[in-house]
Amino acid sequence: MRRIVAILLLIILAVGISLSLAKIPFGTPKTKVGKYYINEGIEETGAVNIVTSVVVNYRGFDTLGEVTVLFIAAIGLGAVLTTSVKGETRKIQPASLVLYTGCRLLFPLILIFGSYIFIHGHLTPGGGFQGGAIIASGFLLIYLGCRERRINRIASNLAESLGGLTFVVIGLLGLVFGGYFLLNFLPKGIANTLLSAGIIPIIYIAIGFKVGSELASIIDNLIEES
Amino acid sequence: MIFVFFLIILMLTAAIAASIFRDLISAVIAAALVSLIASILFYFLQAPDVAMAEAAIGAALTAAIFIIAIRRTERYEE
Repeated sequence: MRRIVAILLLIILAVGISLSLAKIPFGTPKTKVGKYYINEGIEETGAVNIVTSVVVNYRGFDTLGEVTVLFIAAIGLGAVLTTSVKGETRKIQPASLVLYTGCRLLFPLILIFGSYIFIHGHLTPGGGFQGGAIIASGFLLIYLGCRERRINRIASNLAESLGGLTFVVIGLLGLVFGGYFLLNFLPKGIANTLLSAGIIPIIYIAIGFKVGSELASIIDNLIEES
Repeated sequence: MIFVFFLIILMLTAAIAASIFRDLISAVIAAALVSLIASILFYFLQAPDVAMAEAAIGAALTAAIFIIAIRRTERYEE
């Protein structure tokens, strides 16, 4: 009986969702603000990648909130895991030769790729969050391949704090120079070059360092505990 | 277009497999496959920014965190 009711509810839910999704015309411009970003974004912010100009410039304050959420999650995980009782140190089984060599070969390339993604966030797809996640996946590879290695906690905490501090200080400098938080006070430069778009590349590099070190330290905390 | 439909069917299969596998490691691998195909589909929908984040976080980091948790608990579901 309960199963029949559950199946009926699921069918009603599926029909409702598919009917309402069928009403949405995908791919056609809907809002005025979207058109505004596409038409005026490059002119106003200097960033060729419109997504970046929205994330860091038009909605920069939201991004600061997002970074704060990630920061609190990492801190909370660290606090929960370090209070639990440490188990006995188990014997670490070394990785196979193929994995060891492969991870040592790939790790610097992944780091360079992640840095490229967040440094060129205003020119090509990607940005601080994506680059940071790629760098953290590189550290995950190191944990898989070279099992006795650990990240330097002091260095990762320093990178994390400096990243967050840079973001807030640049926002406050905008308040000092122009009167509102996160104002793009630096010169825009020529669009489609590396040194353009004012504060956007600086903020995205700070976010890249912050997200990368945070996600790497989350993995480090979990592996230490397991 | 046929390729996209093939990917969608593969993604649905992986999602159903993730929910019915008794071996939790296999279920995590199937869930990571769902994320990986989702990132390819995001790329086809012209959202490369989202595709990158989905591939790095959904396919790599989330799967790793689940596997670490499974190593600490039980591998097989009752």
